[in-house]
Amino acid sequence: MISIARLLRQLVVLTALLISPLAAFAQGADDAFTRLGADSYSDTARAVEMLVTSAHPQAAAIIEALGDGRLLAGGGAVIVKTRDGKLIDAKTGQPVATEPAGLSAVRLNNNVRRVVQAALGGLGLLNPDAGKRIAAAEAVFKSRDVTVLPVLEAAIAKESDAKAKAALRQAQAAILIVKTDAPPFDRLAAVDVLRERGDQEALATLRSLPGDASPALKDAQGRAIAAIEGNLALWRAGQNLWYGLSLGSVLLLAAIGLAITFGVMGVINMAHGEMVMLGAYTTFVVQELIRTSAPGLFDYSLMIAIPAAFLVAGAVGIAIERGVIRFLYGRPLETLLATWGISLILQQAVRTGFGPTNREVGAPNFMSGAFEIGGLAITWNRLWIIVFAGLVFAALLAILKLTPMGLQMRAVTQNRRMASAMGIRTGRIDALTFGLGSGVAGLAGVALSQIDNVSPNLGQSYIIDSFMVVVFGGVGNLWGTLVGAMTLGVANKFLEPYAGAVLGKIALLVFIILFIQKRPRGLFALKGRAVEA
Amino acid sequence: MITRFLIQGMDKRGLVFLALLAGLALLVPLSNLLLPPGSFLHVPTSTMSLWGKYLCYALLAISLDLVWGYCGILSLGHGAFFALGGYAMGMYLMRQIGSRGVYGNPILPDFMVFLNWGELPWYWYGFSSFPFAMLMVLLVPGLLAFVFGWFAFRSRVTGVYLSIITQALTYALLLAFFRNDMGFGGNNGLTDFKDILGFNVQAQTTRAALFAMTCVMLIASFLIARGIVDSKLGKVVIAIRDAESRTRFLGYRVDRFKLFVFTVSACMAGVAGALYVPQVGIINPSEFAPANSIETVIWVAIGGRGTLVGAALGAVVVNYAKTVFTSGFMAPYWLFALGALFVFVTLFMPKGILGTAQDWWGKRRKPEPATPVAEPAAAE
Repeated sequence: MISIARLLRQLVVLTALLISPLAAFAQGADDAFTRLGADSYSDTARAVEMLVTSAHPQAAAIIEALGDGRLLAGGGAVIVKTRDGKLIDAKTGQPVATEPAGLSAVRLNNNVRRVVQAALGGLGLLNPDAGKRIAAAEAVFKSRDVTVLPVLEAAIAKESDAKAKAALRQAQAAILIVKTDAPPFDRLAAVDVLRERGDQEALATLRSLPGDASPALKDAQGRAIAAIEGNLALWRAGQNLWYGLSLGSVLLLAAIGLAITFGVMGVINMAHGEMVMLGAYTTFVVQELIRTSAPGLFDYSLMIAIPAAFLVAGAVGIAIERGVIRFLYGRPLETLLATWGISLILQQAVRTGFGPTNREVGAPNFMSGAFEIGGLAITWNRLWIIVFAGLVFAALLAILKLTPMGLQMRAVTQNRRMASAMGIRTGRIDALTFGLGSGVAGLAGVALSQIDNVSPNLGQSYIIDSFMVVVFGGVGNLWGTLVGAMTLGVANKFLEPYAGAVLGKIALLVFIILFIQKRPRGLFALKGRAVEA
Repeated sequence: MITRFLIQGMDKRGLVFLALLAGLALLVPLSNLLLPPGSFLHVPTSTMSLWGKYLCYALLAISLDLVWGYCGILSLGHGAFFALGGYAMGMYLMRQIGSRGVYGNPILPDFMVFLNWGELPWYWYGFSSFPFAMLMVLLVPGLLAFVFGWFAFRSRVTGVYLSIITQALTYALLLAFFRNDMGFGGNNGLTDFKDILGFNVQAQTTRAALFAMTCVMLIASFLIARGIVDSKLGKVVIAIRDAESRTRFLGYRVDRFKLFVFTVSACMAGVAGALYVPQVGIINPSEFAPANSIETVIWVAIGGRGTLVGAALGAVVVNYAKTVFTSGFMAPYWLFALGALFVFVTLFMPKGILGTAQDWWGKRRKPEPATPVAEPAAAE
């Protein structure tokens, strides 16, 4: 009986909606207000449902007030009493100065309360804002509240936005799965809808199919679950790959400067991590300056920080090379110790200057937020860092291969005395090469300031990883560094789900230790005379 | 035999060092225990413990000097062997706590009770016995060094590459020991020790005995190291340091010599760690930090590598300076000083305090002919 009545009611509403939304709005709402005034439970309940489908601008406020016993009716007027005691006309939303006579609170019984609850849940489904409709559909999807179904169906019929419609259909499917008295054909279709949705929640919903479902339905459910699980595993692998590439690009940025100083020059620069840290602090300083003097430029702060960090780290690098390292060429182990000392000094200097705590580096607008491709969640900052790492790599490669300075660098690397005899000022080239490597480390610092804590210890946490990358990839070969960084990054992220972050890292370290035994000069070893140098 | 070795094989420097240590071993504990606290010659217990710590570092430095100074292997992971020895000792001390822990569990250490562990992990078996624990102090670092070295030296990983993978080794151990699941107390490590061999760890007499023991072990290690480098084998080891390929071409199995020295050195480092733990009262994963191992290298470099005595001297000098620096108003500047020390020593005193002093003395005594002290080719 009830269901027929509901069906009829929906039919009325639907036709009204189809004919003209405006008419439906006026009609449904007016009818609802008279019913609210009638002070009968069944009328009130219907009035609520009408309000929901009418999309009256005050609907939410009215129904909420009704639930709280703050809805007053009498003498043809329906008045909402707000929480702070003001009176508002329910129809027009205008404030009412004086309380009309003969008003009394609209009464509730359990049935009305339930309807109110469901209506509040379903109301969002008809919200004029598509985003809110989707959110409401998601909520219904999770709650699988059968009472919302009529509203949901009305909403689906009315929906014009494709995305919102899909969300609504999924919510409907979720309800149909648990609604055992729904037509079997609809429920089968629901399984398909969920299968298409194909995420973790669809899986959970499918699993909530009651045990007494028909064999056909169960079969469909089983196949859908298998399909979703296979799909999810694929996406997970994709996500891991993405995380891996992201980590790999961070490693690449951190290591590529080292690949120049260590790989090309043969200098073990233990202060390399501190160059990264200096780059991060430069970003911080640039942002502080912008905050205090030109807040409008904030979105460009990273663009400004990039050359600044390159110059700061590069200048410090050149100073280190001229001041210390040039006296230690050919004594790699001593260089290691001296640069370690320098790293301690730089760390302490930053700690004294900026304090030992983490510094806040903000993200410009284009770096914040995320978007999704299928099952992949991609954050903008990670994406930009990958792009940035690629650009830095390409630029470095171009400098080494295409510019006169790169030519001279390679010449000095290959045969210092011969290069000197050809008129290359080797000392100057050494300083510039070291400055270049350090400057690139500074660039890495700009990128890392976006994803890591900017503290005096920032560099320390990357130095060992960077060395691993360079040693693994093969010294003196930028492509080796690229392959090494990406391999280690991806391997790390694929190990993590199985072994946990720490064990995964340990496994990689052990792997590299063993790998070095097999290929003592890395993946892409230099051949020929350069090896002897 | 030993006396002959002592008299003939030992240079003056070594003899002075040994005499000094023997004197310390005797006099410091005696002065601490027998003289009244007000006396001018009285050594307070805290000072004695502090110096005990320095001497442990000296022992670690000697072990590193053996491989770096004489064999050219710059290990940036010697802290790992030190810490492993320390953990072996710490495990013994933990088991000695018995039911006196906070939770009163007679078998499980507190942190295991806290983590709801049902029973003792298998690798903790046996550590209630002192001889077994002492065996492990030698065996665990020794075995790790043996396996690691066997792989590394056989495939001729040398120079910087070796340094970096030793660093990776200690870093991996650092990460591993931070994990609670490892069963070594995770972040907090092992602490709250009560007894060692039935004596209270905190007692003045125990501390005096530990100090004396540290001196004795330092003497023993020094003699062993001296014995190794002065022997025929030591000559080969030095040859490997100076010209590895040439030594190989002469027919020596370079990898085996290196492996032997490396393993012995790791055992010594383990002993140093084991002596360190009861005197300091705690062992935690931060001992594995790569920075610690690098600091050890600088002790050796400052004292003068390839001298053994110098390494010990460097360890004591740097750590004494550290104590002085970090306890006063200059605390924020300690890292500046340490960093500057690294740079200064590598640039201006490549032979360290001892080597520089020697040169200076040599020049004053007989200006001609200056013996060309072969600069050890640290890496290929």
